[in-house]
Amino acid sequence: MAEPLISVKDLRVAFGGASGPIEVVRGISFDLGREKLGIVGESGSGKSLTGRSIMRLLPAGARLSASRIAFAGEDLQKASERRMEEIRGRGIGFIMQDPKYSLNPVVTVGEQIAEAYRLHVKASAATARERAIAMLRTVQIRDPERVFGMYPHEMSGGMGQRIMIAMMLVAEPQALIADEPTSALDVTVRLEILALLDDLVATRGLGLIFISHDLNLVRRFCDRVLIMYRGRVVEELAAGDLGQATHPYTRGLLEALPRIHARRPRLPTMQRDPNW
Amino acid sequence: MAALIEVEGLVVRYGEDADARRAVDDVSFSVQPGETFGLVGESGSGKSTILRAIAGLAPISAGTVHLGGVPLGTTRDAAFCRRCQMVFQDPYGSLHPRQTIWSQLMEPARIHRLADGEARATRALEAVGLGAVHRWRYPHQLSGGQRQRVAIARALMLDPEILLLDEPTSALDVSVQAEILNLLSDLRDRRGLTFLLVSHDLGVIAHMCARSAVMAGGVLVEEIATDDLAAGIARHPYTAKLLQASDAYGEDRPG
Ligand SMILES: Nc1ncnc2c1ncn2[C@@H]1O[C@H](COP(=O)(O)OP(=O)(O)O)[C@@H](O)[C@H]1O
Ligand SMILES: Nc1ncnc2c1ncn2[C@@H]1O[C@H](COP(=O)(O)OP(=O)(O)O)[C@@H](O)[C@H]1O
Ligand SMILES: [Mg+2]
Ligand SMILES: [Mg+2]
Repeated sequence: MAEPLISVKDLRVAFGGASGPIEVVRGISFDLGREKLGIVGESGSGKSLTGRSIMRLLPAGARLSASRIAFAGEDLQKASERRMEEIRGRGIGFIMQDPKYSLNPVVTVGEQIAEAYRLHVKASAATARERAIAMLRTVQIRDPERVFGMYPHEMSGGMGQRIMIAMMLVAEPQALIADEPTSALDVTVRLEILALLDDLVATRGLGLIFISHDLNLVRRFCDRVLIMYRGRVVEELAAGDLGQATHPYTRGLLEALPRIHARRPRLPTMQRDPNW
Repeated sequence: MAALIEVEGLVVRYGEDADARRAVDDVSFSVQPGETFGLVGESGSGKSTILRAIAGLAPISAGTVHLGGVPLGTTRDAAFCRRCQMVFQDPYGSLHPRQTIWSQLMEPARIHRLADGEARATRALEAVGLGAVHRWRYPHQLSGGQRQRVAIARALMLDPEILLLDEPTSALDVSVQAEILNLLSDLRDRRGLTFLLVSHDLGVIAHMCARSAVMAGGVLVEEIATDDLAAGIARHPYTAKLLQASDAYGEDRPG
């Protein structure tokens, strides 16, 4: 079998609490191939920390342990910080939940994309500018020359998210971790961003980890889905099989969603079992 | 039956000059007593501004709002507050961080000089499914769903007929959203409340409302019956686009 792009085994993250460390990610394992893998769960279930663990971008005070975190066979727990910086661009791209906080407010978006490119490829300023404009075009920004000179605060939510995607893609990563990339967007804009991501994954053969709280979205968009609850993966399914999910948490989530086309007088609520 | 809420030709303009943008542009609709009427649309379409204009929190540049046949003036008096209350998306922002739940519930009773404030607050907490232990907690000691229950309890303190609900579940996880939507349905049925419900989520609107208005760019593009939405029938192209975008990554269609 081919080496997975990303391999995670028994990942655990803990924070110091008043009465000893509290584990919030409690033994996650999965492999990512050239596929779209969804990680879905309610807020606080540990999705973002899982993504950030792979990138080694955990908040201060977080304690990580894992029997394996690897990118294309390379042990990331042993990688130097310098090597991690290379991997963060050319290896694994990371789109954070809120693009506004991930962009530098006082540098034009074009400069930021060009800079991201030159971080990974030796290129002249002129070449980097060309690459950045080409990438803005790839993410379907109209009038990319003009947008190159704009500042982050001038972007709408959908544009900001396209800029983030463009910034990540100039480095030509092999894998991508997108943390709630469309949660703040209107449905029609969401549709465009997902089509764009889908196209990029297909044409570049990327592996994608798509983090979301939206079970319907993930089941329609991804190939495979991990359902997280309180720091654990409670169920793993091919996206097409979610209708046959057996774990009561997964079933509860599906049932609790209001429906447009099949109305019910009341929404079934979830009975949480402490043993999940 | 006479409408309980009647909005006619409502215009809200922000800014002074002639080219000031119309956040709400000539919007008319009416809501029957006991009905849940939805306002749905994408961000910036003017949904919150309509609620705020009714509540007296946004400037009405033109048009009228009638409550039970009586036109609303430029200010909202105590009688208005007793009939109509608002619940916001973010209960954290709308609750006072350093006051106990009990003291926040009692505030409307104090302002309106109600003698039976304590009895009302006890009933309101019960009505939203919060036990007496929650009285002495502060907002940060509650979960998001519990905070929204408190905000609803506070809105119930004056026994209003109408609740203006602005994205009341948009900040909540789906399992908690289900509990709050069920609570709202129960309150509506038990107390005969009338809701004007704003949401960007067609699923929430379809679940709660029989009828709703679709907003785009400050304009009410069409009024639609949920039965039509459910059947995928949208007359206006914008509604069709919204429905298609929601369906693209939404629930499985039956049949
Ligand atoms: N910096 C931090 N300090 C303490 N606890 C944290 C910190 N960051 C996250 N947590 C806790 O870890 C859990 C998982 O967080 P996260 O991975 O962000 O969840 P998700 O992305 O699924 O919403 C949460 O319960 C949160 O309270
Ligand atoms: N206080 C304000 N001052 C200026 N413009 C505002 C104000 N409040 C809202 N707007 C503008 O009015 C329009 C409608 O906003 P809003 O009613 O909040 O939309 P929605 O609730 O549908 O997302 C937006 O363009 C918004 O920027
Ligand atoms: Mg998160
Ligand atoms: Mg709003």
